[in-house]
Amino acid sequence: MDKKFLYYLIKRVLLAIVTIFLVITITFFFMHLIPGDPFQSEKAIPEPVREALMEKYGFNDPLWKQYLTYLGNAVTLDFGMSMRMDGREVTDVIFEGFASSAKIGFIAAALALVMGMVFGAIAALYHNKFIDRVIMVVSTAFVAMPSFIVGTLLLWIFCAELEWLPANGMESGGLILPIIALALYPMAYTIRLTRSSMLDVLGQDYIRTAKAKGVHPSKVLFKHALKNAVTPVITYAGPMIAFILTGSLVVERIFTVPGLGDHFFSSIQNRDYTMIMGTTIFLATIIVIMMLISDVLYKFVDPRVDLS
Amino acid sequence: MKKKNVNGEFPKKNPLSFQLNLSKFEPASAKEKELQIVERESVTFFKDGMRRFLKNKVALVSAVLILIIVSTAIFVPMFYPYSYEQQLSNVGNGQARDKSAILLKPFEYSDSEQARIDAGEFVFPHILGTDKDSYDYFIRVVYGTRISLSVGFFASIIVLIIGVLYGSISGYFGGKVDLVMMRIVDIIYSLPDMLMIILFSVLLNEYLTPVIEGTVLSKLGTGMISIFIVFALLYWVSMARLIRGQILTIKQQEFVLTAKALGASPARIIRKHLLPNCISVIVISTALQIPNAIFTESYLSYLGLGVKIPMPSLGSLASDMKSCVWTPDQVYMFLVPALVICLIVLSLNLLGDGLRDAFDPKQKK
Repeated sequence: MDKKFLYYLIKRVLLAIVTIFLVITITFFFMHLIPGDPFQSEKAIPEPVREALMEKYGFNDPLWKQYLTYLGNAVTLDFGMSMRMDGREVTDVIFEGFASSAKIGFIAAALALVMGMVFGAIAALYHNKFIDRVIMVVSTAFVAMPSFIVGTLLLWIFCAELEWLPANGMESGGLILPIIALALYPMAYTIRLTRSSMLDVLGQDYIRTAKAKGVHPSKVLFKHALKNAVTPVITYAGPMIAFILTGSLVVERIFTVPGLGDHFFSSIQNRDYTMIMGTTIFLATIIVIMMLISDVLYKFVDPRVDLS
Repeated sequence: MKKKNVNGEFPKKNPLSFQLNLSKFEPASAKEKELQIVERESVTFFKDGMRRFLKNKVALVSAVLILIIVSTAIFVPMFYPYSYEQQLSNVGNGQARDKSAILLKPFEYSDSEQARIDAGEFVFPHILGTDKDSYDYFIRVVYGTRISLSVGFFASIIVLIIGVLYGSISGYFGGKVDLVMMRIVDIIYSLPDMLMIILFSVLLNEYLTPVIEGTVLSKLGTGMISIFIVFALLYWVSMARLIRGQILTIKQQEFVLTAKALGASPARIIRKHLLPNCISVIVISTALQIPNAIFTESYLSYLGLGVKIPMPSLGSLASDMKSCVWTPDQVYMFLVPALVICLIVLSLNLLGDGLRDAFDPKQKK
């Protein structure tokens, strides 16, 4: 690891920390801009009880003190109580939901990356042939489809019309459709990315040299071409995780998967502010960390990239 | 001056003499004139780009498609006999509601309309039937397209103005100014945009509703306004980065130095010399920004944070009709707005790519 790389790493980590800090700050002040306090629910609470609650949760403290407390709590992933789900800690709900969200998200991401690279490489190898055109037309179409439309279309075709798969994510086989709905857009994007970078690499001199030396075609493809062509895909992995995480907010709703997105969706509809804030900070932190990893990994894998 | 000799030739010049070689000043012969004929007219940058663009069939088809969609969205509501907020079950004249106007199939008529037809009156058909609130569905889709397109358009204009302003200042002044401005961009760029939009929408929903009560804006709904605000706050960063990069290369060129030497102010140099030179980049990335905004709007409408009822947008229509997939008769109610969103986004993407290939051949994806 040279000095330049270390410098880049430090800069990038600092940026990530500042971003997360900013997200926490924004969410805190948003929560305080909203009129009313968390204890104004439909059920009227007696005034002394309310006062006691306000005192207990520190709502009577000055704003800066509340902010520091909130910041401290957020660092330890403590987001307080849910305002709508009685007696439940936001952190518990988040972790519970995240377990199932992470499962489909991870499979969808892996599917999108692997299939995307395979089809992208095939399209590049058969450049301007029939198969390339088919792959490009399909991937261009998928890039134009929002995830909730893809999800609802899949629901219509496979659950309502063909009745092949269950529409409920909790039944067996019910996670197949949400995974596909999440994976299609990133897959289409990865295909386009891999194809264009592969075409670029295949035109390079070192590929011609390898071929002229009589290296076996499959070795040229995998060792010389593909290895260099997939580096841009690494930079896309970060934004892709972000896309899958936010995309899952609606996809989980469509297929009734009891994940984080489902909780988030209902907390928006119920105006459950502590839940919204907690989920936002949690998701934002994951997204920022994923972006950081994919950026750093990219520079690490491809030494040709200029770090300045 | 030397004269031609008897053979019609100039006398040979002494190789060391500074005297002009007069043979070079003879009128051109017919053969030489032929060489001077212009084989192709000189083309301007715009003409050259248009020529390349017109060759690109995919981009051309998308352009035509967009033109059709945009003109439908603008002109059809002007003469269409139903409006997007007119409930057809409400017959008027203090009569009871006509329940048969709910969920009409395409080209069906409600009982009261049938009675009017029998009486010899002309009733405009419901091309896509009516929905469960007895709104004419066709006009809602057309109006929703209008809303979605205008969100895309105005959001892109906001991004364009802020991005160009910020990017050109940062790029032109360079040094410390650039460093600070670009760090700010870096931070905003790494904020997860969709989450921030949801957060803003939730907050503004709570906060803006009483403020805009009774104004034109309340018809639009707080969701729409927060989309614009968020675009103004967050989405300009990639545009700013792009413009900065362009300005950084262009400002090294001699004509900028000349302008500086002649005493032009920075504002004038940016306006008259730098921006016109990156106009193609600006136009192309604005075109590619529109589908992005439409995507975001439909996503928010789906979450219930978009336009306010009864105003439709394509996203809110698709969201309202999502349960229709379980009734084979009504599936089209979901498919139509979904298809329109996809067509708009697809054709704008392809058009943007086509424009980039035609007018900015250097910058390929």
